[in-house]
Amino acid sequence: MHVPPAAEPSAPAAGVREDKAAAPDDGQLCRNCTKPLSEKKLRENLRVCPQCGHHYPLGSWERIESLVDEDTFSALDAQVYALDALGFFDIKPYEERLREARMETGLADALVAGTCRIEGIPVALGVMDFRFLGGSMGAAVGEMFARLVIRAVEDSLPLVVCTASGGARMQEGILSLLQMAKTTVALEMLSERRLPFVCVLTDPTTGGVLASFASLADVIIAEPAALLCFAGPRVIEQTTKEKLAEGFGLAESNMEHGQLDLIVPRGEIRQRVAQVLTLLRGGEYRHEEPSQPDASQLPGRGGQARRAFARARESAVTAGRRLFGRDSSGGGPPGGAQE
Amino acid sequence: MEDHLEELKNRRPSELAWKTVQLARDQHRPQTLDYTGALDPQFIELRGDRLSADDKAVVGGLASLEGRTVMIIGHQKGHDLKERQLRNFGMPQPSGYRKAQRLALLASRFGIPVLTLIDTPGAFPGVEAEQGGQAAAIAETMRVFARLHVPTVAFVIGEGGSGGALALGLCDRVYMLENSVYSVISPEGCAAILWRDATEAPRAAEALRLTAAETLELGVIDGVIPEPRRGARNSRLMARRLLRSFQGALQELDGLDSAERRRARVEKYLGMGRYKVVGGHAEVL
Repeated sequence: MHVPPAAEPSAPAAGVREDKAAAPDDGQLCRNCTKPLSEKKLRENLRVCPQCGHHYPLGSWERIESLVDEDTFSALDAQVYALDALGFFDIKPYEERLREARMETGLADALVAGTCRIEGIPVALGVMDFRFLGGSMGAAVGEMFARLVIRAVEDSLPLVVCTASGGARMQEGILSLLQMAKTTVALEMLSERRLPFVCVLTDPTTGGVLASFASLADVIIAEPAALLCFAGPRVIEQTTKEKLAEGFGLAESNMEHGQLDLIVPRGEIRQRVAQVLTLLRGGEYRHEEPSQPDASQLPGRGGQARRAFARARESAVTAGRRLFGRDSSGGGPPGGAQE
Repeated sequence: MEDHLEELKNRRPSELAWKTVQLARDQHRPQTLDYTGALDPQFIELRGDRLSADDKAVVGGLASLEGRTVMIIGHQKGHDLKERQLRNFGMPQPSGYRKAQRLALLASRFGIPVLTLIDTPGAFPGVEAEQGGQAAAIAETMRVFARLHVPTVAFVIGEGGSGGALALGLCDRVYMLENSVYSVISPEGCAAILWRDATEAPRAAEALRLTAAETLELGVIDGVIPEPRRGARNSRLMARRLLRSFQGALQELDGLDSAERRRARVEKYLGMGRYKVVGGHAEVL
């Protein structure tokens, strides 16, 4: 007797997922409604088909542009890069996969993090990028997430994260699995200070990301028809030998089963996030059209630069030690995990 | 000849990793209920999540270990076919994780330390499990464990399969039995994705560095519990070894107050991972 073939819950999907709709096909037709759709139209409409509302994938920088007040995004000073801790080999060395992903996306890893304003509200914002190895969560994503939480705590900012991820990054083995624990404990610092966390789930958010920080948000928003599931339809079909119903694992079905709060089309996410954040801090929400940022309202640059210098030298664990708990004794030797 | 030797050298480690995977999955290995029985014949099992069900893949209850009450929570795969089916091969539903949360919180309220035993291929990948919030149940279990006021110690006793295992693994101390494994994905699943061929599982097992020794080296666990030469079969012997490590861990953890323990727990898991940090200076200078 043996266990049925591997249930692989937080299996990473780096490059595994059949890309059902990365872009309109070559004939410039929408893959969903098959009506004519030009790249230009798509770009102008936040990569949503104007006819059928199908949401095409959005890169992290386009996502940031779609969400934040103009020119208010400032990336965290330090960039975190993945290391090949396992010496992982498959058909291609992990190092090479990383190099290619960096070249292709121009990103350090799959999570872009910084501060910004959303309808005037200062926010710590993280955006995952599915193009970077399927948005998979390895140690770099975990560390970047922890640093973003620490920044939110330092500046008393609410946290907003947009996810797009196939789950844990297989090439980092057990260390990638432990990022689920790392992001979970990082959020303890946030909740201890009663700072809100809003998560925006985009297509797809699966495996270890959905089963950690993404599901721990105070308010969970999803884009229409986003695939949101733990194990993934293919694994479920293989394990249970059941044919899945149409729409299984999509945002609409997840909402019916009580797994999220709101489904919001891409163009309205910005205002919904602002509304939720305003209400959570007891304010009255009035939607305002985006305006030029008021420089005097931004967090002080001088202090920010000083802190940036200090931050670049400390890992999340040392910062966490300083920030977590009521007393701020700080100091102590660094955690030793950082290379 | 030299080529042959070279090949042998290349093959051997993967055979070792694969052999460990098979030992970890051996159905004769002691499982959670064997340990509870060996540790305290009067172990009292507590059941149900008080929301929807009593998941048989996760068991838990109260034991008295040399005079001290301990909440033991673990996966139970089952030994024979009948029990394995009853226990869904140790693959929990969301209700299993919610039961674990309930028992952990109960222990925390009464100042009872928590001992978890990890042995699962993973959380069950099924339609109902997804609709019942499998992802949220795992995430919430980690959060509950992060917040417990009492000392928590985890042992990977067999198969530490992915998020379904980690849900019971966010503890102050984590140990692995010598022939247990802890992995982000099963070797079969990994091979199917990377080599498009599940028969490459032995190679994947090696690549994943999933053995106790390697996991220790990666800084993920705190220690390895040695097994007899032919693997863990004798639950009394293994229970004694496990108890020694548990009591050693408790001795350290009892020295901290609840806030210090929670704080140390957050630090411990913030420290997980290897990465490189670049930048931060240019903007300032």
